[in-house]
Amino acid sequence: MSKNALATGLICLVAVLVTSVFFWLLTDLVIHGLPRLSGPFFVEASQNAGRSGGIGPIIVSTALILLVAIVTSAPLGLATAVLLSEFTRPGSLFGRLVRRSLDVLAGVPSIVFGLFGNAFFCIYLGLGFSILSGGLTLACMVLPLLIRTAEQGLQVAPNDYRLAAAALGMSRSAALTHLLLPAAMPALVAALLLAIGRAGAETAALVFTSGYVDRMPDSLLDSGRALSVHIYDLSMNVAGGDANASAAALVLIGLLLIINTIAMSLAKQWRIATP
Amino acid sequence: MSLMINTKKDNPGAAYTLGPLQAGPPCCVPEPLIQVDNLSLHYGAKPALAKVSLDIYKGCITALIGPSGCGKTSFLSVLNRLTDMIPDCRVLGHVYFDNKDLRHPTLDVQALRRDIGMIFQKPVPFPLSIRRNIELPLREHGMNKAADLNARVQQVLQDVGLWEEVKDRLEAPAQALSGGQQQRLCIARALALRPKVLLMDEPCSALDPIASGVVEDLIQRLRGQYTVVIVTHNLAQARRIANYAGFFWVKERAGCLIEFGQAKQIFEAPVHELTAAYVQGKRG
Ligand SMILES: Nc1ncnc2c1ncn2[C@@H]1O[C@H](COP(=O)(O)OP(=O)(O)O)[C@@H](O)[C@H]1O
Ligand SMILES: [Mg+2]
Repeated sequence: MSKNALATGLICLVAVLVTSVFFWLLTDLVIHGLPRLSGPFFVEASQNAGRSGGIGPIIVSTALILLVAIVTSAPLGLATAVLLSEFTRPGSLFGRLVRRSLDVLAGVPSIVFGLFGNAFFCIYLGLGFSILSGGLTLACMVLPLLIRTAEQGLQVAPNDYRLAAAALGMSRSAALTHLLLPAAMPALVAALLLAIGRAGAETAALVFTSGYVDRMPDSLLDSGRALSVHIYDLSMNVAGGDANASAAALVLIGLLLIINTIAMSLAKQWRIATP
Repeated sequence: MSLMINTKKDNPGAAYTLGPLQAGPPCCVPEPLIQVDNLSLHYGAKPALAKVSLDIYKGCITALIGPSGCGKTSFLSVLNRLTDMIPDCRVLGHVYFDNKDLRHPTLDVQALRRDIGMIFQKPVPFPLSIRRNIELPLREHGMNKAADLNARVQQVLQDVGLWEEVKDRLEAPAQALSGGQQQRLCIARALALRPKVLLMDEPCSALDPIASGVVEDLIQRLRGQYTVVIVTHNLAQARRIANYAGFFWVKERAGCLIEFGQAKQIFEAPVHELTAAYVQGKRG
């Protein structure tokens, strides 16, 4: 057998293994979780530590945590991306320093962000275990991803626009708001959706910051349980919670799939739109 | 042929501001508008221009010719300070525009670029409608009244002979126009700012011969009212339209101005042998 055929065989084997693991997981979730999925499951409060009842308050908490994370990280991330791509000379010390720090931050395990969030937001700023603490921690976590993706989107906008706008006596900020940002918009939205996807799948950073409380939150300063934390808790700490954990996991996977599909189709459209 | 197309499309309407086609060069009283003195330019450590001195005369068309890489684009970019946007680009020497130091650190660069417009080799219509392409820079410079904007849009589109072709679809995306139409739109967009000088970097080389002829006739009509500096690889075109011509060549890895003078002299009686070889198509 030739080396080529061997390599092809190996690659196919790995591919089959990887996909079958995913399908096994999915089948398992569907078998255990699908019977629990129903209209009321999405709105009812969880009962008996989550063994029965639904995930209504948990969906609300998750949405609020994500909202806090996005509302704070999106403007900050966009501003930083614009600063890096439009107002920093290529190769400058400042730009190199910021980019390097972001790349390091992007590789930091999320549990470290969780501990940092706990120390800084919960204790030092006195926000306690709350949706606010959790959202802000997630914001810190997705910021590097957000900035780097948004920056790439801005750099895809043709340099010709910058030159032509400058040659017409337009200011940099005018070129930015009228030409570059609109051209980069699909990429920016894709970056945002990717960040939401990453934040939505996060558990470790939330366990120590937004906490476990599965009641309907009254305000952002209430503790709230995110979907991922709920799944983790049900499967690790609650005997007999497996069925509801599977159902909640199905909901989470569904949500992430939807978000990812939208992000990818936007990103694809953006690549086609910019030659 | 291109001349016929042009005269057919541009039936002289009331709002025309450009004069009729003028006969070839030379036509003008040499009154310098831009004076370049000992200009050198480096990209990092790499020299691109060495000691270029020449005058650009008011109301004339000055053609810059020479092989690729001899610094013609770099030279144009100095004149409207687009070189400011290139990191590591160092410029030495003096440039005066209207007797003012064009490279002075406190000069209002945006105002300068309004006076000295630039047309690029590849047309760069913005991803906006035809109308918005022209309006956007005007609005940036403080023109806000709809009536003023409409009048200016119509006037410059007529000037470039595009009005009849696009007047019914001003809201259509500019990028749907043909290459030649896009280039004329870019010229219209630059003219809308009422510049004194237009720098054109190979404006016809991305166009088919007919579109190229239309743009060439347009450039002819700019003569007198505007000062035009045009880089072109088309020697026949340079010969047809230019009053003055400058020949660039790479010497010791940097672009130099070999010869500058009236176009007739450069093309028919060049002094320098390099120029003679180049304009006769023997080198370059
Ligand atoms: N932004 C840049 N950075 C570095 N080198 C450049 C840059 N632009 C042009 N050059 C170099 O400068 C020289 C002159 O280029 P250019 O002005 O574009 O010449 P031309 O327009 O006559 O072809 C070339 O050798 C080119 O490689
Ligand atoms: Mg060039």
